[in-house]
Amino acid sequence: MSDATDTAVLRARGLRKEYGTGEGLVRAVDGIDLDIRAGETVAVMGPSGCGKSTLLHLLGGLDRPSGGEVTLNGRRIDDIGEKALARMRRTDVGFVFQAFHLLEELTAIENVELSALLAGRSPRAARRRAHELLEQVGLADRARFLPSALSGGQRQRVAIARALSNEPLVVLADEPTGNLDSAAILDVLQLFEKLHEAGQTLVIVTHDARIAATADRLISMRDGAFIDETHLTGGTTGRLGALAGLDD
Amino acid sequence: MRQEVVLAMLAKEPSHGYELRTRLRDALGPLGDAMNAGQVYVTLTRLEKAGLLTVEKSDGSDPPDRSDRSDRSDRSDRKVYALTAGGQQRVAEWIAEVAWPRPDLAEFHLKLIAAASAGLADPLSIVDAQRRELLRRLRDAQRAAMAEPDRSDAALLLEGIVLRLQADLRWLEACEKNWTHRRSRS
Repeated sequence: MSDATDTAVLRARGLRKEYGTGEGLVRAVDGIDLDIRAGETVAVMGPSGCGKSTLLHLLGGLDRPSGGEVTLNGRRIDDIGEKALARMRRTDVGFVFQAFHLLEELTAIENVELSALLAGRSPRAARRRAHELLEQVGLADRARFLPSALSGGQRQRVAIARALSNEPLVVLADEPTGNLDSAAILDVLQLFEKLHEAGQTLVIVTHDARIAATADRLISMRDGAFIDETHLTGGTTGRLGALAGLDD
Repeated sequence: MRQEVVLAMLAKEPSHGYELRTRLRDALGPLGDAMNAGQVYVTLTRLEKAGLLTVEKSDGSDPPDRSDRSDRSDRSDRKVYALTAGGQQRVAEWIAEVAWPRPDLAEFHLKLIAAASAGLADPLSIVDAQRRELLRRLRDAQRAAMAEPDRSDAALLLEGIVLRLQADLRWLEACEKNWTHRRSRS
């Protein structure tokens, strides 16, 4: 789908995922080609059940495809062993989920540093990095709070800090605002904009138009396949006045 | 913009043309950039002719220092505008009036129906095209809103635009669902 396939950080070719057999066969992901360039923010939108979450799981190595290839930084990940795949997930991919998936018995900073520790960093380096990241997401003063003492928006920001812990090649976010109220959505939105400006590669699966609108590129998905792709950059600011009733 | 808006922005106290334009600019933020100074001047002239405004030449004092000195050349800038009794009456009526722009949903709705029934186009691709355009605008509005200081007048207006766009996008989602369902039935 891209003309710059050489510089793609993440690439999929003929990607398929099927569940069930015979009459009950479901093609959740049905022959997808995708190229994500470094520094790009790509949103995948579509009605629930269109296969967008399954796609994200295949791209991040959380699930194995039924067919096709996934390449991360030039390296096939769809057919490597479990151990290598687990290592890749820890170091090269950052995940953000709708339900946060924080460990409830660990403080915010412990949640963030855990990924770095698992990836083999020293406790001191992991703690320093976790501090930086909490600062970056505006939660330095909540470092020692348990998730239960944080609001939904704050929990998601901790989860985003955790996703960034090992400086991943790509951050994959699955409905990151699905559980948030509108003020918290704005916080996450601003954070994604900041990451984008810092050059982080981001793939966001969402049905929230506000999050999708932060992307450079928007892909619409239906019945397991891409049906439309569009670049949102290009500027229409002149026309915003019309929406406010200013140019009649 | 309606004449009453310009009139109401002068209701606080007799003001110079440049004060009026500064007030509008502060209230509208980046959206005010598209506003045409000449248009405001034309409106002021109409309001004067209608007896809703009185106009006096300024005492000659210069507008305070501003970066865009070229604005001073505008003829309305140095005049002082004040509401007449009729003008105050009109503003009071306008404030009390309940009006809301009617979004043209029926046009888009009928476009989908006509396209489908005459086989002119796939209604779902019409929905997709519309969504692309709305998302582009949402992106712009959102970025403009984030660039404004919290709780500023301009940020509040931009939030309104963001919310309206979201409502339109939700309706498109409903259109998509409905037309997908119709297609699978046929």
